[in-house]
Order: sequence, then structure tokens, then C-alpha cells
Amino acid sequence: MEQVEKIFETRELNVNMGPQHPATHGVLRLVLDMDGETIARVTPYIGYLHRGIEKLGESLSYFQALPLTDRMDYVSSMSNNIGYVVAVEKLFGIEAPERAKFIRTIVGEMSRISNHLLWLATHALDIGAMTVFLYCFREREWILELFEMICGARLTVTYPRVGGVRNDVPQEFLDSLYQFTEEFPSRILEYETLIDQNRIWLKRTVGIGVISAEEAVNWGLTGPTLRGSGVPYDVRKHAPYDAYDKVDFEVPIGTEGDTYDRYRCRMLEMRQSNKIIRQCIEKLPPGPVMADAPKFTLQPKDKMMPITHPTQEHAFFIVEKACKGCGMCLRACPAKAIFGEKKKPHTIKQELCLGCATCYVTCKFKAMTIVPGGKGLSDEKLAELAATPLPEEIAKASEYLVKHFEFIRRGPKVPDGEIYVATEVPKGELGFYFVSDGTGKPYRMRVRAPSFVHAGVLPRLSVGHLVADVIAVIGTIDIVLGECDR
Amino acid sequence: MAVVEVRISLPYKGMDPTEIAEKIKEKFPDEVVDVTNFRDQVSVIVKKDRIVDICRYLHNDPLLLFDHLQDLCGVDYHGKKDPRFEVVYNLYSIRHHHKIRVRAQVPENDPNIRTVTSIWAGANWHERECFDMFGIVFKGHPDLRRILLPEDWEGYPLRKDYPLKGPEPEKDWHGFIEVLNRSKELKEFEWEE
Repeated sequence: MEQVEKIFETRELNVNMGPQHPATHGVLRLVLDMDGETIARVTPYIGYLHRGIEKLGESLSYFQALPLTDRMDYVSSMSNNIGYVVAVEKLFGIEAPERAKFIRTIVGEMSRISNHLLWLATHALDIGAMTVFLYCFREREWILELFEMICGARLTVTYPRVGGVRNDVPQEFLDSLYQFTEEFPSRILEYETLIDQNRIWLKRTVGIGVISAEEAVNWGLTGPTLRGSGVPYDVRKHAPYDAYDKVDFEVPIGTEGDTYDRYRCRMLEMRQSNKIIRQCIEKLPPGPVMADAPKFTLQPKDKMMPITHPTQEHAFFIVEKACKGCGMCLRACPAKAIFGEKKKPHTIKQELCLGCATCYVTCKFKAMTIVPGGKGLSDEKLAELAATPLPEEIAKASEYLVKHFEFIRRGPKVPDGEIYVATEVPKGELGFYFVSDGTGKPYRMRVRAPSFVHAGVLPRLSVGHLVADVIAVIGTIDIVLGECDR
Repeated sequence: MAVVEVRISLPYKGMDPTEIAEKIKEKFPDEVVDVTNFRDQVSVIVKKDRIVDICRYLHNDPLLLFDHLQDLCGVDYHGKKDPRFEVVYNLYSIRHHHKIRVRAQVPENDPNIRTVTSIWAGANWHERECFDMFGIVFKGHPDLRRILLPEDWEGYPLRKDYPLKGPEPEKDWHGFIEVLNRSKELKEFEWEE
């Protein structure tokens, strides 16, 4: 018999995890260098979802950039909106009315609960507890329906506005939410019965991804990821915004800094959020929901109603004497109902006119006049009527309309300066850094995304563990790649 | 394995930011260029040469203890200021509850600055992003690669002279052009209407 001698050698194995991997919560790609089944090195690659929100924000006015913030952390878009409007309000130097502040606190905490529910659902699913997933989505659905009730959207809400909120909340919403807060603590207990003392859950989470308090601070971690290590840093307490200084709540912190402690922190945080919502509903003061600062905020549209409402039968007419023939209205008209040559008085073809008032706000020479109830009349008759002064109500509305138009076009006049404002979103500290140069657009808009910082700590947390634990670590730092890549 | 709930006693304000600025001025008189104050947020504008010393002082001094680097980012003042770039450090002390902003000036030709990763480990990715977006080189950085954009991307998008719509179609990133060509090739297999 012939003896065959084989030489066995060991070498590191490279494994590509992602970008399309169900457990990476988005498009995160990890290159794992493995020694057997132990992780020797992790290299994260991000940027697959980079949309240049910072660059886009610099090209839009302060109001227009708000919907972009929804698309960052799409799981808790409400908190992102609040972070943005709080920062812009600080930059403008305006303050939202009390009621708006309380409403924003309520919806912010709702968004925290819905985010934590989604986090718990997917985290448990990754580790192998399927039932929790279904239970969590039941409650999350309730919250999303409540969001739909106040703003019509479930995920990308854009409900808060600079200077307040879009509209007041209906009583129906408050009733349903109050009922939710009554039932929710028992629901949390349900989840906890499933996994809190579960042996598999404990095996998969205790002692995994341990980080000490000093190191966690040094890495810039925030939110529950930091508090799991025992650092009581919460922006809601350290720099209170909205109504957080008027409600009573505690900050849960862990001791070990492992995956299990971070899980416990988030569970307790949901109870605290529940408590905050209850208090806010009980204390909710009456009053307006939009700040009275016409130089900085968009005012309600109904002030312009006498002119712009489709049922108003106004006609627009060009006064021949005043028209200089500049062609501004001709270019602006969406229906192409204005005719005329350059430097000669223009005319409106009344059959084509939509009555949208675009020409009225563009005219700089006050040649355009409104003729109340003039729809369908001949040009001679309109010329006759145009000479009479406008009724007071319409004169006021027209003045407002022109001002509003100018405001939208130029944006608010913002003082020169720079500002960094942080808010506590469910994932951690969301910071907005604005540099203003006095125009209606930010000169520099910087977003400090918690997911970005947390993804950076992945190599530190997962080295030395097994491959399956990387999944647990990705879950525990709670990242969303839309926010990470911006 | 025990989680406790704590009540953070507030309001507790740390040192006044103007006082901190005075302290930095005292310690590094030649480095501080200017101190600005806007809406109670104080920023100290410094030269870039001794930035690591300044940061280490802020991090280690027992009265200051800026242990939390909130944010690190670049700003491009193209045609507005000279030197053109600034690297902004937003610092916060979790222990003492006070904050300060340090802005280091970086010139346009050969933009570089020393890294602060030895002080705050979290600065690692922020500095990579700043390099990616502005082309500011962080000397001594352990792993200075592009982070959000592809590694062979040309140009630095957040600079003010970079077009908003990106590069010209023919000069676009080769990966994108490949995708476009591939979609053209696959067009013939589409369903006919």
C-alpha cells in the first residue's frame, strides 16, 4: 500500500456579507476575514445609498429641504423632521408655540416607539425569534395608522414645520393614542415573556459585542447604544428641546455594555416614551400650532382664499396705461393666455385664463388688476370695472399674496452665523450643523447621522466573535443605511 | 446584566463657553485667530498646525474634559474667505455638560491637517468622509480611503465649485457608464408592445 502524505495548512477565509443581505438592514457590505469561524477583521463598505442630501440641501431653501430629512432614517422619519425644524428654528431665532411643542414631543415619542418596535422585531428575527416579529408589527401598525390620521402619510410624514406643525391634531387621534398608551405596557410585557428569560436569547446576546463606558464615549456612540454601557447621556435631558423639560421621565442605563443590556435599555425606553406621551396628552395646552413670525414661517393659506380659491369668479385685467410690456407675465402664465409684443401693452385672452393669479404676483408695475365677479365679461366692460377700487377684503388678500410669493421665491432673510443643534432620535444623537450666509438657503448643511457613527464601531464590536454574532451586533447598534449614507 | 433607570438632575450647566474660549486663548495665544459667538454658541477659530495639541488639551484638562466628539466636518468657503477650507470640531463634555466649537483653517493648495483619531476614535470615519467630500488630507490617519463614494471617483462633491448635477454625462464615473451601456444591450430582450 502506498502512503500518501498530505500537507494541511490553514489560511484566512474572506467572506463577503452583503450588500444585499436580509440581516444587514439595508445595503451594508461587510468583508469578513475569518480564522476558522472566528472573526479576525471586519471591513465595512458603505455608500450604496448615498444621495448627496447635504449637497442637495445647499441648493434648496430652508423649507424645501425638510422632505429630504424623511428619506434619511425612513424608520423614524418624524424624529428626523423634528431634528431639522428644531435646528432651523434655533438658527432663525424663533420659537414654536406651546401646543406645537407638545404635539411634536408626542409624535417624536411615537416615532421612537415605532422605531424600537421595528428594531426589536428585526433584531429578534435575525437571532431566531419569529413570534416577536409578528407581535411587534401589530403595535407598529397602530402607530402608523395614527400618523396617517394626522398627516396622511405613514412613513415619510413631513408633519412638523419650521415654527410649529402642519396642522392641529384631531380629538379622535388623541383618544386613540391615549388608549394605545393604556394598552401598550401590557404588550411590552408580552414581548418580554417571549424572550427576556429565553435561554437561546440569553446565549445569543449576553457577553456579545461588549464595549466599556470610556471606549463607547471615545467612539462617539450615542443613544441606547451608548447608554447600554452605563453612560447617562441623553440629549433630551442634557439640552432639552420642545417640551422635554416639562415632562417627567427617567433614562435607563445598562451596566455591562453588551447586546443584552442594550436590548433591556430599549425595552425600558419604550415604557418611558409611553409615559411621556401620556403626560403630554394630559398637559396638552390649547392655542395655535404655528409661530406668529411672518418673516420666517409659512403662514396659513386661507388668508389668500378670497383670490386663489377655485370657486371665486374673478377676472384679471391689464391696465393699458401702467403696462410697460416687460413680458414677465407672458413668460410666467401657465395657460399661455397673455399676448403682446415687447415694450407694448399686453392683453389677456379671457377664454384661456385659469384665474391662477400667477401674472398678478409677477407684475412689478401694478398693471395687473383683479376684477371681482368679472369672469365672462367683455374687455370693454372689464376696463370699466378695473377703474373702481377693490373691496377691502380682496385688497388685503392680494397684498398678502404678493408678499407670500416674494417670500417663497427669495426665502427668509437669515442672519449670518453657524449653529449646531442636536436632538435625540431613536438611534442616537442627530445633529444638524448649519452655516448661513444671509440668504434663504443654507451655505452648508451638515447632518451628523447616528447610524454613520455606529456603523464605524462595527469592526471594534465584532472582532473575536463568531459569524452568527455579527448579525446580532449589526442588530444591536440599530443602523439604517439610508441615514448612514445620506 | 442589570439595567437601572437613572434620574439625571438638570438643569446643570457646565462652564460658560466664552470662558472656555478664554482658556484656549490663554493656553495657545499664537494659535487662536478669532472667537465668534452666535446664539450662545461659541466657536474658536484656530490655525491648523497645532490642532492635535489643542484637541488633546481640551480632551484631557480635568476642568474641560471634552470626551464626546459630536461632529467633525469640513466647510468650503470658496471665494468668500481665505484660507478656503475649515474643519469644524463640535465638542461636548458629557461629564461637565458644556460645549465648544473649534474651527481649524485649512488653505486651498495642499489642504491637509493632522488627524485627531488618537484622541477620539470616533473621528476615524468623520475624517474619511471629510476627505471624501472636500479632499482635505488628514495626516497620520490609519485608513484614509473614500467612504461614501466609489474609490476611483474623481473630484470632491461638496466643494462649492463642483456642479450640483454631477459630472458631464461622458465624464461620469465609469461604473455608471457601464450600467448604462449594459441596459442598452439588454434592451433587445424586452417585450415588444
